[in-house]
Amino acid sequence: MSLVARHLEANGIPTVIVGSAMDIVIHCGVPRFLFTDFPLGNPAGHPGNATMQSEIMRLAFDLLDSADAPRRVVTAPFRWRDDPEWRNRYGQIDPVKIAKLREAGEERRKKQEAAKALKLGA
Amino acid sequence: MGNAEPTINYMERTRLYYRALGYSNDYKWSHFDDAPFARLARPLAQSRIALITTSSPTDRGNKDARGVKHVWSLPVANPPDRLFTDDLAWDKESTHTNDRESFLPIAAAQALAAAGVFGGLTDHFHGVPTEYSHRKTEAEDAPALLSLLRDERAEGAILFPI
Repeated sequence: MSLVARHLEANGIPTVIVGSAMDIVIHCGVPRFLFTDFPLGNPAGHPGNATMQSEIMRLAFDLLDSADAPRRVVTAPFRWRDDPEWRNRYGQIDPVKIAKLREAGEERRKKQEAAKALKLGA
Repeated sequence: MGNAEPTINYMERTRLYYRALGYSNDYKWSHFDDAPFARLARPLAQSRIALITTSSPTDRGNKDARGVKHVWSLPVANPPDRLFTDDLAWDKESTHTNDRESFLPIAAAQALAAAGVFGGLTDHFHGVPTEYSHRKTEAEDAPALLSLLRDERAEGAILFPI
């Protein structure tokens, strides 16, 4: 999405990215970024919390309007729900499951090869 | 402010995860030292804004016969309650995507338009695939989206990567 924002912006359409993967977006470099510090999946606010979603949307419009230079980053003033362990959960590797992960990887590579062959019309 | 806890290093976690799966080459995320910049041509209260998602329609109609995903669009009037996100990388243990507004807040935006915060949404929202290939995004999907936004006379865009 960061590359898409850059392309739109370079062609005259101002953008805001609203997202939770801060390191990836900052690494790429985008015109405007509203950071929501939540688990990946709900960049626009907690599920079921329309008030928060509206406030985040409003912050995005404020940033779209007010930024005066590229790479502006704003952090939305909201925390994730009462779930202190969420930061340690996504993408963590359980040492007990290493062998299973390796098997899943083999399976995935086979599927990728098959999909690649299909795309090449082989 | 939210809190003082360090933000998650997703690039490092992803590298370690794919190494555990047996991939030998680390993914290289795009990196630029600078970024382009444009301003709204008109006041925000008059500007037409497009919303962009990385999700797919539930019928997966954004995929062609070869399984390649493309840019897609649906009207913002009566948008679907649900969109397809199962094929994307997000924290499926900590949350869910059953509330579309939590990742594509069309109703929230429409209410702000009615309140005069911005001019209004474009007639459609748009979906852009998340791709492994930078080339596909830069050479195909981003230009396709730009063309759709120009057709709808969008004056700004807010993008919500899941």
